Amino acid sequence: MEVLLGITGKDFTIVAASKATMRGPTVLKSSDDKTRPLSKHTLMAYSGEAGDTVQFAEYVQANIQLYSKRNASELSPYEVSSFVRSELAKSLRSRNPYNVNLLLGGFDPITDKPELYWVDYLASSARVPYAAHGYAQYYCLSTLDKHHHPDISFEQGMKILRMCTDELKRRLPIDFKGVLVKVVTKDGIREEPYEDEKPVYAP
Amino acid sequence: MSRRYDSRTTIFSPEGRLYQVEYALEAISHAGTALGILANDGIVLAAERKVTSKLLEQDTSAEKLYILNDNMITAVAGMTADANILINYARQAAQQYLLTYNSDIPCEQLVRRLCDLKQGYTQHGGLRPFGVSFIYAGWDNQRQFQLYQSNPSGNYGGWKATSVGANNASAQSLLKQDYNEDCNLKQACELAVKVLSKTMDSTKLSAEKIEFATVGRTKQGKVYHHLWAAEEIDALLKEHGLGKQDSEEQK
Repeated sequence: MEVLLGITGKDFTIVAASKATMRGPTVLKSSDDKTRPLSKHTLMAYSGEAGDTVQFAEYVQANIQLYSKRNASELSPYEVSSFVRSELAKSLRSRNPYNVNLLLGGFDPITDKPELYWVDYLASSARVPYAAHGYAQYYCLSTLDKHHHPDISFEQGMKILRMCTDELKRRLPIDFKGVLVKVVTKDGIREEPYEDEKPVYAP
Repeated sequence: MSRRYDSRTTIFSPEGRLYQVEYALEAISHAGTALGILANDGIVLAAERKVTSKLLEQDTSAEKLYILNDNMITAVAGMTADANILINYARQAAQQYLLTYNSDIPCEQLVRRLCDLKQGYTQHGGLRPFGVSFIYAGWDNQRQFQLYQSNPSGNYGGWKATSVGANNASAQSLLKQDYNEDCNLKQACELAVKVLSKTMDSTKLSAEKIEFATVGRTKQGKVYHHLWAAEEIDALLKEHGLGKQDSEEQK
């Protein structure tokens, strides 16, 4: 019951990931960070098989950073997403493929546009205005469909995110321990404080 | 005496030189001239093609100018056979990059890939280095139009105008004299034929003796490269009064 959410707006991309580490029905930890910064303007959030996720995320992170150092230039979020997709596609056709689902949030400083990519373990990749992975798709996409607009402000974006997390708390049978929120803008990646304590009850 | 250090590329002479690399450079300085000029809206590459014999079937395709990928072309000076190997390598590298990152390889990166390969032959192996120098012209969104030159040692550099091959010293000084920082592509083409006409052995230029190519951008921002047809070259030569007279053609 891992939650990954992504919302783009006028000049930002919000990425939210649930803070619970789970093994079966047991919650082991409630302060997990399911994201890795890949470059100054690209952030990856991951969910899936326990060991695979971090292994794959750090492998990608190391390769993107190696590229930056070698070529003294950064890959655009689109190029990063293509690289990640090609790595997953390679893995999928190997003897033991990674079982990892991803959201890539970024901001392209050349085109001056926020970007979000939805990538799954079958190596399909799609550029989307907002996205969710796992059960969150069932509960949040309708809310996002209704309220999202390509040029919403950051405050509006956070408001929509709140609607999504409230709905998740209301409907999901297991507590996912709230979400960690990160934002990518032209200035880079930052963590956004997010109030999570308030309980939400099902009707 | 120096013979002792000639036979292997990988050994320094007592003066600290690599003879095989120097010989490769020497081989290139006998090859037909090639030059490149950077303009603010494009790049022109021009090359002299040596006509060896009247009986030789004239190749209609370019033999000194090659397309590397969608946004880069190159001019060759030196051994064409060696160049073919390197060009094939560069094309593969460019496509491999396109496959993984879904965007064209930045110009300098492709140049560096080639130069890394060239460098390898100056350090290990006991094989000879590649006897080619390249002039590369391309565009990418990080640095816009770019002109590079590389040689058998594996060194490369970015230039505003440069030349390789026979008479490159005089071509270089002509370019230095007449190059204008904010010239456009048309003026660059003019400068290119003028320099070629002065550095080539034959007094009259013609489409059989030179090759021409340009890189530019369309109004929509798409990069194009264009290897000129014989008629276009003749038209350019005629415009600048450097073409062959009709009477001379009948010999």
